[in-house]
Amino acid sequence: MTPELGHFALILALIAALAQTLVPAWGLWKGNARAQAVASSAAQAQFLLMAVSFAALTWAFIQKDFSVAYVADNSHSKLPLVYRISAVWGAHEGSLLLWGLMLSGWTLAVSLFNRRLPAELSATALAVLGAVATGFLLFMLITSNPFARMYPVPLEGRDLNPLLQDPGLIIHPPMLYMGYVGFSVAFAYAIAALITGKLDAAWVRWTRPWTTAAWAFLTMGITLGSWWAYNELGWGGWWFWDPVENASFMPWLAGTALIHSLAVTEKRGLLKSWTVLLAILAFALSLLGTFLVRSGVLVSVHAFASDPARGVFILGFLAVVIGSALSLYAWRAPKLATDGELRLYSREGLLLLNNVFLVTACFGVLLGTLYPLVVDALALGKISVGPPYFNAIFFPLIAPLFVLVAVGAVTPWKKGEWRAALRRLRGPALLALAVALVLPGLALWLAPVSASFGSKLTVAVATWLALFTLGSAGLEVWQRLRSKRQHGVATAAALASVPAGAWGMTLSHLGLGLWMLGVAYVTGYGVERDVRLSPGASADLAGYEFAFEGVRESQGPNFTADTAHVQVTRAGRLVADLVPEKRFYPSQRSVMTESGVDARLHRDLYVALGEALDPQNPNGDWSLRLYYKPAIRLVWLGGVLMFFGGLIALSDRRYRLSARAAAPLPAATLAA
Amino acid sequence: MTKRQKRMAAVAALVLGVGLAAALGFTAFRKNMMYFQTPSDLVAGKSPVGAKVRLGGLVEKGSVQRGQGLLVQFRLADCAKVIGVRYEGILPDLFREGQGIVATGALAADGVFVADEVLAKHDENYISPDLAASLKEQGGKHSCGEFKSTTASAP
Repeated sequence: MTPELGHFALILALIAALAQTLVPAWGLWKGNARAQAVASSAAQAQFLLMAVSFAALTWAFIQKDFSVAYVADNSHSKLPLVYRISAVWGAHEGSLLLWGLMLSGWTLAVSLFNRRLPAELSATALAVLGAVATGFLLFMLITSNPFARMYPVPLEGRDLNPLLQDPGLIIHPPMLYMGYVGFSVAFAYAIAALITGKLDAAWVRWTRPWTTAAWAFLTMGITLGSWWAYNELGWGGWWFWDPVENASFMPWLAGTALIHSLAVTEKRGLLKSWTVLLAILAFALSLLGTFLVRSGVLVSVHAFASDPARGVFILGFLAVVIGSALSLYAWRAPKLATDGELRLYSREGLLLLNNVFLVTACFGVLLGTLYPLVVDALALGKISVGPPYFNAIFFPLIAPLFVLVAVGAVTPWKKGEWRAALRRLRGPALLALAVALVLPGLALWLAPVSASFGSKLTVAVATWLALFTLGSAGLEVWQRLRSKRQHGVATAAALASVPAGAWGMTLSHLGLGLWMLGVAYVTGYGVERDVRLSPGASADLAGYEFAFEGVRESQGPNFTADTAHVQVTRAGRLVADLVPEKRFYPSQRSVMTESGVDARLHRDLYVALGEALDPQNPNGDWSLRLYYKPAIRLVWLGGVLMFFGGLIALSDRRYRLSARAAAPLPAATLAA
Repeated sequence: MTKRQKRMAAVAALVLGVGLAAALGFTAFRKNMMYFQTPSDLVAGKSPVGAKVRLGGLVEKGSVQRGQGLLVQFRLADCAKVIGVRYEGILPDLFREGQGIVATGALAADGVFVADEVLAKHDENYISPDLAASLKEQGGKHSCGEFKSTTASAP
């Protein structure tokens, strides 16, 4: 019964979404305020129905109801409870349901917090969100119903893909979707601004926190995905330029550009139509990501299904959403008048430059991701574009951003002064230079790896960029504090007076610097080695000795495992005892590598078990892959700092105050 | 500068950025593009010695031989032709005889394909769509009776 209830709730949610779109649209056309007000109630009803539907599917997983085809395909009677719950979004249908739930959740939040906005604007935005939800719910009900029953009922499920049985996978998809779907709010407000023709300070202050929230969740989702791939795939890398990774990274790049252009629009009233275009772009890329991942055009661990009907539907949906949004933009954007002029050397000018680099990098990634698909679709051959392409295009475009962070921190709005900026940056730049001359050599002395002159130079340059960013990221807060103190404010009060937005920005930029530091060392000095070892033998890597103690069999809840012991010593002192595993999941007859990792802030030691090279002899040789990964934790720590930076920026008081201030003045005057 | 000149400057910066990216992109593209080929393609000499390609095929049963250290040799087949593959390293978890795999590498002068990466997908019935398509092209149906089903079904 419960699955039918879930299915029914899903259908009702579609009706609610339709009501949320059509009734307010009619109300806007006729100027009927009561019809416009329906948007909020419909959005709330839609969320409730989606929650019921999601709960019904979760319940089917908890109860091991294998009569539901989706449950039978992705669960097993011996699957632990926590993975039975995360299996809800472990495959195509359920992950779409999660997408829909997230969308209705964001819509609910908009409908609850929008009371202070002009009624027309919020009704329009909710109608747009309703239209997006309608498209997704139709897609789900027509092509991917998660509640479809299966006869005869199988006695046992086919189990969740073992790759997905990992703690990282419990939270990675929800976080990622929160981000993806969150951009729908900025999109809806952008469309509403185009339709109503009003893009004022209140609009920007309203849109900013939503965008920052979506961006923060997307950052965390990508970081978690990277961490999961590192632990679970046994390839020891943190980013592979896999098309599916790119699918999440492109909206991130566009979203990062959007956050910065929103800052310009809020402070200076400039770049209005550019901001609107970026909001459309960020959501379009989120939809494109969903299309790429879910339509089966890509081959990867994420591509669950290759049902052509699904691909065609999403592609059609994508065409409708992007096509109509861009047409509306072309028609209405010229009406969004700009209130001032832009000087190239000013904070807003630098932010525009930041946007140019980010958007260009985004298109570079887009080209490399889509080109093979286009070539294939035109039957011109099957090609693939490897990571070297992405590295060659991405890093040169991203490096200037680090300098921009520093220069931006010492450049005021409206009009900057070159000489003053240079004077204030001299300190951090020279300090970073001093460390960049020493640190790469020190790292090599501590853990000797062979690196070419080119990679040593790259590491030194990247170290300088990272430290320069770290050193200057704090300048914004520092300057605010100093000017307060000069006016006789006590330190504690001065600290409290720094707005949350400034703290958030600083933290995110510090995260960016740490990320770069991690990337420099793990890419430049990380080493790996494939070895063949017999029990008792050992191998050297980066000054560490890895001693292979042999393998024994062990038993997990739904798998059997070959568990190895590898003792790592350095100069005769025990550093780590690693326990990599090779797991065999009988229900899917598949083998998984569970790596053994010793994590420290400055380095990871990582062992992945290969295979028994002499299957007849239980004490025979094994192949093992050994990694030394310096500073790889900083890569994820950087992402985590950006996430918290985003959350802190959200709490900025001015978003709340401005909302209140905007209430009596729908077309609020521009605040500087 | 007048407003118009400033706008032109901004446009010029944008064009410069896009141009820079395009130049970087297309150079990187030409260097890093890899074609997907089948054993038949390689045997027919479609790829010159040393050119990097992705080779897809089915691992012939009974052909896997281990050598010194981590050296492993096997034969990769589509339905028409067979080619020898040499690889030094760790094979993926789902590498099995009779299974579809994709190897990245280049043809050596002795006619053996030297792989520097071997990929197999995480489902034993799964074959990459590239491979499935290339197998299907051989006259509409394949005659690979000794191999597993080649119908693609993703995990």
